Amino acid sequence: MSESRLGVLKTYKLFVGGKFPRSESGRVYEVTDAKGNWLANAPLASRKDARDAVVAARKAFGGWSGATAYNRGQILYRIAEMLEGRREQFVREVAEGEGLSKSKAAAVVDAAVDRWVWYAGWTDKIGQIAGAANPVAGPYFNLSTTEPTGVVAVLAPQDSSFLGLVSVLAPVIATGNTAVVVTSQKSPLPALSLGEVLATSDLPGGVVNVLSGKAAEIGPHLAAHSDVNAIDLTGADAELATALETAAAENLKRVLRPRDEDWSAEPGTDRLLAFLETKTVWHPIGV
Amino acid sequence: MQTPGPITPAYSPQAAERLASMADVTASDAALRRFLHGLPGVDAVGLEGRAATLGTRSIKTTAKAYAIDLAISMIDLTTLEGADTPGKVRALCAKGVNPDPTDRTTPKVAAICVYPDMVKTAKEALDGSGIHVASVATAFPAGRAALPVKLADTADAVAAGADEIDMVIDRGAFLSGRYMQVFEEIKAVKAACARPDGSAAHLKVIFENGELATYDNIRRVSWLSMLAGADFIKTSTGKVAVNATPPNTLLMLEAVRDFRDATGVQVGVKPAGGIRTTKDAIKYLVMVNETLGEQWLTPDWFRFGASSLLNDLLMQRQKLSTGRYSGPDYVTVD
Repeated sequence: MSESRLGVLKTYKLFVGGKFPRSESGRVYEVTDAKGNWLANAPLASRKDARDAVVAARKAFGGWSGATAYNRGQILYRIAEMLEGRREQFVREVAEGEGLSKSKAAAVVDAAVDRWVWYAGWTDKIGQIAGAANPVAGPYFNLSTTEPTGVVAVLAPQDSSFLGLVSVLAPVIATGNTAVVVTSQKSPLPALSLGEVLATSDLPGGVVNVLSGKAAEIGPHLAAHSDVNAIDLTGADAELATALETAAAENLKRVLRPRDEDWSAEPGTDRLLAFLETKTVWHPIGV
Repeated sequence: MQTPGPITPAYSPQAAERLASMADVTASDAALRRFLHGLPGVDAVGLEGRAATLGTRSIKTTAKAYAIDLAISMIDLTTLEGADTPGKVRALCAKGVNPDPTDRTTPKVAAICVYPDMVKTAKEALDGSGIHVASVATAFPAGRAALPVKLADTADAVAAGADEIDMVIDRGAFLSGRYMQVFEEIKAVKAACARPDGSAAHLKVIFENGELATYDNIRRVSWLSMLAGADFIKTSTGKVAVNATPPNTLLMLEAVRDFRDATGVQVGVKPAGGIRTTKDAIKYLVMVNETLGEQWLTPDWFRFGASSLLNDLLMQRQKLSTGRYSGPDYVTVD
């Protein structure tokens, strides 16, 4: 057996509703490394892929938001375990996509896994910092609790294809939202591989849906979609962000505007709180 | 085969005369069996292939808008649950009259389909709207009751004001080969649809294709029902695992076409159960147009028995008119 093996090239696919479809449009685009060498073909998601992803996310919302916070935390931690097992693959994809040295890419992947674990811990604690027992002038308990906003469209950062992605995605689903993520256009491969991790981590299908392609093409349809409750514009440039925010106003979506981000810094709870609603109930005191 | 002359609707007096010309095949149990078993066998592969091919047509933009409005106007908006209440029936009627309150150009549905005891409620709620009340009858959905009970069930619904009766055939009798019994039963129910003023409620005959086992049986029962005077033939009750499918509906459309060619009598078709998306509905409309022609593309001759289909049609309609994808928050939960 001296002859060399035939190469087994990977077909990167979308991740929608727990399955791995090709783009409905049949389109792909070439993904290159930082030097311009071809790495793989990634699906170029279309308007209809986005539509299907929102349907899947909506379908998954009831189960995911209704799961106990403890259970969500367990599942998120499980995702971190699976990421750890695929460390080599992510290091390679990040190094190639972002033009980092192997050791720098390894540090980025480790930071991403740690961040995932960090957010996993927040699932059953966010209610304690964002909720409250409010003092009221009457014989009532007045309790504010947090509720997930719903289906959140996430335009993932363009530059940080893995740590940035984890930093925007994990807080969205930690609180019980479901997500439709548009990946970095230039280096979508870590995000598409993340889909494979999510599919094997007890995460119900549809909670996270990953679309690779152009934010400028898919974004307007997600921003205008009446069944999307919030949109994170991190991956949009200033001009696109303004247009999308205008479109999002139609059904009063929550909008998280793009800002300068340092993905290596301590994230804080901002992103967890961005896609939460507050429910306040008055309950008679039984005395 | 003699020329049938001009096409006449199944509920017209002329239709009865036309059917009388076929009296020889329904003269006796043996003659009827000979006729039904003499119908050509169904080419299952060809039928499924044809249905699949017709499902690949791309219907877009203005054609899609037309199809959506047509489909909405063909819906028999249905609630057939043990838990139905007068309030729920009234709510459904209000939805049928005005499916999308945010867009008054939306057409109304064809009929509201309920159990017999809800006919009165529905009739009052729909007063003056022009929407028909359809009632299932004859011990729906199983049909396992004695004939007098079935006839009383039917007469009761007609007396309460039902415009259309959806009866189920006795599948047990059909499957054990007692065709004449099924034939006579349909005729008796048709007679029970008559009103004192001489008019009659239209009769839809439900086959329950999912229980008939073979395509040949579906073709036979289609002919049997049309010979017995069905105004509409309907695929299924919506209460079993297999309901309307494109192939078995296509088969029934072909039977209706052949029956029209043989007798000149026009019969309607109603697929029911399992049609939930706009895409599915449009596939059925394509089949009707290609098999029977434009003449059947009206609520008078083609209906959808559905409940959740309407919401999907409304969401698609909103998408076309606003350019934005809509969602379940913008339609009512039945």
